Amino acid sequence: MNEFHLGINLLAILPEIGLVLLAIAILALDLYWPESRRRNIAYVAAVGLAFLATLPVIFSPDMIRNIDPEAFGNGLLWGGMVRYDMLSQIFKVMVLIAAALTSLMAIDVKGVGRKGEFYLIVVVSTLGMTLMSGAADLIMAFVALETTSIPLYILAAFKRDDNKSAESGLKYFLYGSFASGLMLYGLSLLYGFTGHTNLYSLAQFLNTETFASNPLPALGAMALVVVGFGFKVSAVPFHFWTPDVYEGAPTPVTAFLSVASKAASFALLARFFVAVFPESVVIGEQGLQTFWVQLAAVLSVISMTLGNVIALAQRNIKRLLAYSSIAQAGYTLMGVAAIQANTVDGQSQAVAAIAFYMFMYVFTNLLAFAVVILFSEATGSETIADLAGLSRRNPMLALAMTIGLLSLGGVPPAAGFFGKFFLFKSAVESGMVWLALVGVINAIIALYYYLVVIKVMYVDRSEDENKPIPVSRPYVWVLGVTTVAVIALGTFAAQPIFIWAVESAKSLFAA
Amino acid sequence: MTDTFTFPILSVIIFVPIIAAVVMLFIDGSRRDLIRGIAITAAVIVLALSATVYFGYNSQVAAVDANQAAVTEVGGVGMATQLFADGLRYEENVPWIESLGISYHLGVDGLNAPMVLLTGMVTVAGVLISWRIDDRTREFMAFFMLLVAGVYGVFVAIDTFVLFFFYELAIFPMYLLIATWGWVKLRQYAAMKLTLYILIGSVIALVGVIAMVFTADAFFRGDGAQVFEAAKQSGILSQNAGTFSFNMTHLMLAGEAGAYNVLGYAGVDVLTFAKIWFPFIFIGFGVLAGVFPFHNWSPDGHVAAPTAVSMIHAGVLMKLGAYAALRMGVQLLPQGAEVHLPWIVFLTLINVVYGAFIAFRQRDFKYVIGFSSVSHMGLVSMGWASMNIIGMTGAGLQMFSHGAMTALFFGCVGMVYDRAHTRDIPSLGGFVKRMPWVAVAFIIGGLTSMGMPGLSGFIAEFPIFQGMWAASENVSLTIGSFTLTNYYSIIVVIAALGIVITAAYVLRVTTQVFFGDFKDELYPEVGDIAITDRIILILLGTPLIILGIYPTIMAPMLESGLKPVLALLGGG
Repeated sequence: MNEFHLGINLLAILPEIGLVLLAIAILALDLYWPESRRRNIAYVAAVGLAFLATLPVIFSPDMIRNIDPEAFGNGLLWGGMVRYDMLSQIFKVMVLIAAALTSLMAIDVKGVGRKGEFYLIVVVSTLGMTLMSGAADLIMAFVALETTSIPLYILAAFKRDDNKSAESGLKYFLYGSFASGLMLYGLSLLYGFTGHTNLYSLAQFLNTETFASNPLPALGAMALVVVGFGFKVSAVPFHFWTPDVYEGAPTPVTAFLSVASKAASFALLARFFVAVFPESVVIGEQGLQTFWVQLAAVLSVISMTLGNVIALAQRNIKRLLAYSSIAQAGYTLMGVAAIQANTVDGQSQAVAAIAFYMFMYVFTNLLAFAVVILFSEATGSETIADLAGLSRRNPMLALAMTIGLLSLGGVPPAAGFFGKFFLFKSAVESGMVWLALVGVINAIIALYYYLVVIKVMYVDRSEDENKPIPVSRPYVWVLGVTTVAVIALGTFAAQPIFIWAVESAKSLFAA
Repeated sequence: MTDTFTFPILSVIIFVPIIAAVVMLFIDGSRRDLIRGIAITAAVIVLALSATVYFGYNSQVAAVDANQAAVTEVGGVGMATQLFADGLRYEENVPWIESLGISYHLGVDGLNAPMVLLTGMVTVAGVLISWRIDDRTREFMAFFMLLVAGVYGVFVAIDTFVLFFFYELAIFPMYLLIATWGWVKLRQYAAMKLTLYILIGSVIALVGVIAMVFTADAFFRGDGAQVFEAAKQSGILSQNAGTFSFNMTHLMLAGEAGAYNVLGYAGVDVLTFAKIWFPFIFIGFGVLAGVFPFHNWSPDGHVAAPTAVSMIHAGVLMKLGAYAALRMGVQLLPQGAEVHLPWIVFLTLINVVYGAFIAFRQRDFKYVIGFSSVSHMGLVSMGWASMNIIGMTGAGLQMFSHGAMTALFFGCVGMVYDRAHTRDIPSLGGFVKRMPWVAVAFIIGGLTSMGMPGLSGFIAEFPIFQGMWAASENVSLTIGSFTLTNYYSIIVVIAALGIVITAAYVLRVTTQVFFGDFKDELYPEVGDIAITDRIILILLGTPLIILGIYPTIMAPMLESGLKPVLALLGGG
């Protein structure tokens, strides 16, 4: 272990420190400002989070490493609790951007927007997510997961007077705590077998005769961890909470939950499996990686298929997006399965595909949910049929929603096309052409229900056609930023962001 | 490639409509005339540039031919790719995603230059015929412009990824245009069917192309390393090219050198990559060209679409399918083409005859034209299947000829329907008295579609049959122990039957709609057409005649564009 360098260690958790300070500031402002000014807390939170999102980019781990390679070591800082690398960096940026946009999106939502504690809880949850992105220790991983989840349980039930919201919170809590429990069990097994908690040292202890001859312990632990992650990313068959929670929770919470929590979970998932269960550890004559890769492929296929097929029958736009998000998790798991590629380059490309997908998904899904928020705040309805005539009520809103849905469906020039393309490419590269084919067929099924929503907005008529839907300033910003980002990521910005994703993925495979 | 700045004419052609669309979206929707003004300005600019590209390339055909002769003289592996790469003009090549070998690479050769011109013509015609659309004019024109941009992108893409990018880009605006502004009864069903059919075909082809890229990559790093180095030396590939690339030239070189012809694909001894993937890629794109049995979206789609969209769809988009099937299928996987086209030809035969027969049975004016497109596009695919210069050149001419002709047809139908408010053929009649322009234009189109000498249909269809006949000796189809030979000539005979049926339905429609008694009491307000409509008819009708009288304006160009493909197929 290297000598402790405070400077570098502090830099590694700079965003987290910032988040704590921001949380305190919000708490203070909530007390200090009168009711009439509390709306401004949203701006404070959004600007603060957006600022923090720049920190990981400015203090890039690669740059710090070049300044003082010896003190930086392999990037395991705080006694091995967190790893300061490019992968943590890109995912931290994602969750911070998601949180910033969520704060703006909540601003005019009744019962949510004017309450300081809402933003406080969002910030705390974000803290958990940033820690998840960099966690390099079993204990850190679990603490980060819980720091993420517990605030989310509260957020889901934030509208206390609303039965659906309360139900949503309770369901999320029950499922979530059960999944966490199983996962914790898995983590404790790993600790029990090896006597170590650092992700990067576990593997070498698993690689012994004892485990090789008896596959049960290691595979059992793996299965339990998979359940935990499966829950977090809402993969089938751990998805049952998703539609109810998405539908019941206040819409900004749903939006936040669907992107940030998923992104952070994929970050930890990729790091965890690559580090703890590598191919080099042989269990029962097969590399450990083979097992979870196959598991990921299976989960991917059933998540995509089930998510998309059930989404076809939905009438509520939030439930539709919930099933769509299950399917999106399925696509992303394709990237996890593709980690079985033969070369390190291929493996990095697979992880990069996951990172890129999540990056574009943050903007895409927030765009779609922003429109849903505006619509339901103006009309009180969340059913798809009521979107009829949206293109006449507010053409820009309809166009924004269209771009969002097309991106989810993977149609250029929206970002989703590149996102899916990278994933399919990785799947083919790792020799799973069949998985890519299942993926493209699913993309077509998905396109059907996205197109149906678009059709309702443009074709169907409604009696309320001449009632316009107002869009206030903060929402103009949210819609503008997300729309531009979605188009940019689908065209000229795809190259730099993908390179960034590849760089961060490489850090995962560097020793 | 030169270092001096050249005007990026192809990019301008693609981006003018996109910019027009974005500008429109920021204009108040009630200022319809301004929006129409922007649309027609953009369309005219695009047409002017397209014509520049076409005639610019046409003036260089002699040079291209001379170069091709020189290259053919040398021969060797990479010759076909060399022919292809040398034939490209107006090239633009900017790296897009460098690590994946994706570049924004555009170019024009003898094959796509006519398509560029065709798209320009139909774009102008489409904007003009949509002049009177008042319901959300802004959105209509903006989506139409996006569609045009997508179509252009596909035609001029030299990078397979870029081709897919624009291909998918073109499909979506089409959905909205049909679903929103189409014929009320059918539009939602037809729009969705069309979109899903076309997308399924193309995404399966996309997976095939990704797999092809990996195959080529492995080949160039292994057995084909020498070919790769040699290609870099001779300038077919750029000096800094990697082995992993989506570039068409790159993939074509791999195919020519036999990368896709290695036995043992997917662990099966007798399979090669080309054998497995060719049908998926060729038919995947062929869906858009209406290849049987995946033609089913086409008549419904065309009938449901608003006139402008029918025009661009039948006129240009179906060509997109046929073009991409040739470029991505035959040109990249020639070994697959040799195996599979001999049976795919039967599908195209069904297209030709069955399409014509169904067209004959229709009562709805627009359905007649819709099925006639299926029939005529079958001839294009049949021309590809002939795999010789005569037949394929004919198919290329047919793409252009049918594009202009069917757009003209749909224009005529639209003009009649706008005034008569019905498309039921038996209840129409005598329209020549009120709409002489339309009647003349329709008859010109009709004669073209029958293959009347002196019009473009003849110089397109005749070579297709001739080419098929000539190919008959060389093609055989083996199913198990049974070998079928010399059957192309029989196919020609049967396909010619399709032309007879075509003549029958064209004459029937002409007689019933334009001649006979005019029912004054039913159609009191039918008058002659506006000046914009006349421009459309002239714009689309004239090329049919010019090409019919003077085929040299296009045929040599197509031949030069097809030579690389034929060099791969071992023919001449």
